[in-house]
Amino acid sequence: MDWEALWLSIKLSTVTVVILVPMAILAGRFLAYRQFRGKSWVEALVMVPLVLPPTVIGYYLLVGLGSESWLGQMLEQLLGHQLVFHFSGLVVASIFINIPFAIQPIQRAFEAVPEDVRDAAACCGMSRTKALFKIELPMVWPGVLTAMVLCFSHVLGEFGVVLMMGGNIAGETKTIAISIYDSVQAFDFASAGNMSLVLLLFAITVLALTTSLSRRVGGKHVSSRR
Amino acid sequence: MKLSVVLLSVLMPLLLLSKAAVATEDVPAIAAASSIKFALDDVAKQFNQDTGGKVRITYGSSGNFVAQIKHGAPFEIFLSADERYTNQLASAGQTQGKGIVYAVGKLALAAPKTSPLVLDENLDGLKQLMDTQALKRFAIANPDHAPYGERAKEALQNLGLWQKIQPQLIFGENVSQAAQFALSGSTQGGLIALSLASAERFKSRANYVVIPQSLYSPLKQRMVLTLKAGQTANEFYHYIQTDKAQHIFAEYGFGKAVN
Repeated sequence: MDWEALWLSIKLSTVTVVILVPMAILAGRFLAYRQFRGKSWVEALVMVPLVLPPTVIGYYLLVGLGSESWLGQMLEQLLGHQLVFHFSGLVVASIFINIPFAIQPIQRAFEAVPEDVRDAAACCGMSRTKALFKIELPMVWPGVLTAMVLCFSHVLGEFGVVLMMGGNIAGETKTIAISIYDSVQAFDFASAGNMSLVLLLFAITVLALTTSLSRRVGGKHVSSRR
Repeated sequence: MKLSVVLLSVLMPLLLLSKAAVATEDVPAIAAASSIKFALDDVAKQFNQDTGGKVRITYGSSGNFVAQIKHGAPFEIFLSADERYTNQLASAGQTQGKGIVYAVGKLALAAPKTSPLVLDENLDGLKQLMDTQALKRFAIANPDHAPYGERAKEALQNLGLWQKIQPQLIFGENVSQAAQFALSGSTQGGLIALSLASAERFKSRANYVVIPQSLYSPLKQRMVLTLKAGQTANEFYHYIQTDKAQHIFAEYGFGKAVN
């Protein structure tokens, strides 16, 4: 059982969710309410990480952010270390590949907020920011929760990108998925089995909790709305 | 204003993380060919007992490590399965000198205990199985970037079996994965590193036989210090050359290092 790798994965998932979900709330809301030219192209772009093979993303990140690219060199100057083969690089990669998982559910939730509710808020003189926090967020909360759970578990399971641009370094970029892969290669099936079981139990627990939570929290608003 | 908030929320945690990640302890990251996994784990344990020094070892295929180190991977020592890979890095100016041979690798023919493959050092059993169409799957490491895969290909070529065995070949990403395929029962055997075949966990599931070294060019396993090597890495590099460490390599079937 590789606790260090499990802890690293949980840390990576948490950081990704904390950075990505607030941005996804802004982006999802924007996409839900605004009509503009080329909107379908923007929405398509958001979905791209969903259909690209992880190895393609890993390759672009490795080459694009590596020490041989100008962007990689610039970031290295700025941060004092390079992004690839480093935890912060995994954060960047995780944010990128989880964009669709974060924006999609949140955008759908915002789209479901009735227009008259937003109009009423505006009529009462609420600013857009205040309306977001007081009116909209309590209504779209189930969508936000779904986005958080999807991103969190998706990062836990991510393999291809991490293997390519992470370099499998213990305590830095060796995530739980990589550790399981390593154990299998080392014929250590007991350890691989234990870690897989932990992840399986975790996945079931989290899904059960969020389902019941979103039913309880979301139910209030959804039922009163329709 | 919104954009700056977004940018800040991205950059702030990154900056914080990079601050936090600056290690106070010198625990060097080391890249090692997967063929030496069990031996080097033992050496590292012994190193820790004798000197108190710690290392973090990542196992993989030598070719991949070359690509990663070229892109700036923070490995301080690279223990390759073949000197061609360390030489590539050396001529690219990314190592301290040309390094040193730490062991000579050997190939073994291995098969699960339930396999119909008869093991012999001239691979007659394999030939027979191919002739009777009974061979379904045979594992080797990927010859494109894994030295043991390259040598397995060479041996099969020298025996005139390479063309014919193509449809049955399964490639492991590195020799460790090839060994895992060879042992799992999903293949009828494989050509893998002797050091893996003779490891305790493997022996209980599979049989093996060493094949003649005349069938393939010598596997001179060379290691180098990269430009990033610090003090602990230097100590470990020298520790690997001590009699104590060399004895551990010999126990796993490696030949004596000749430079």
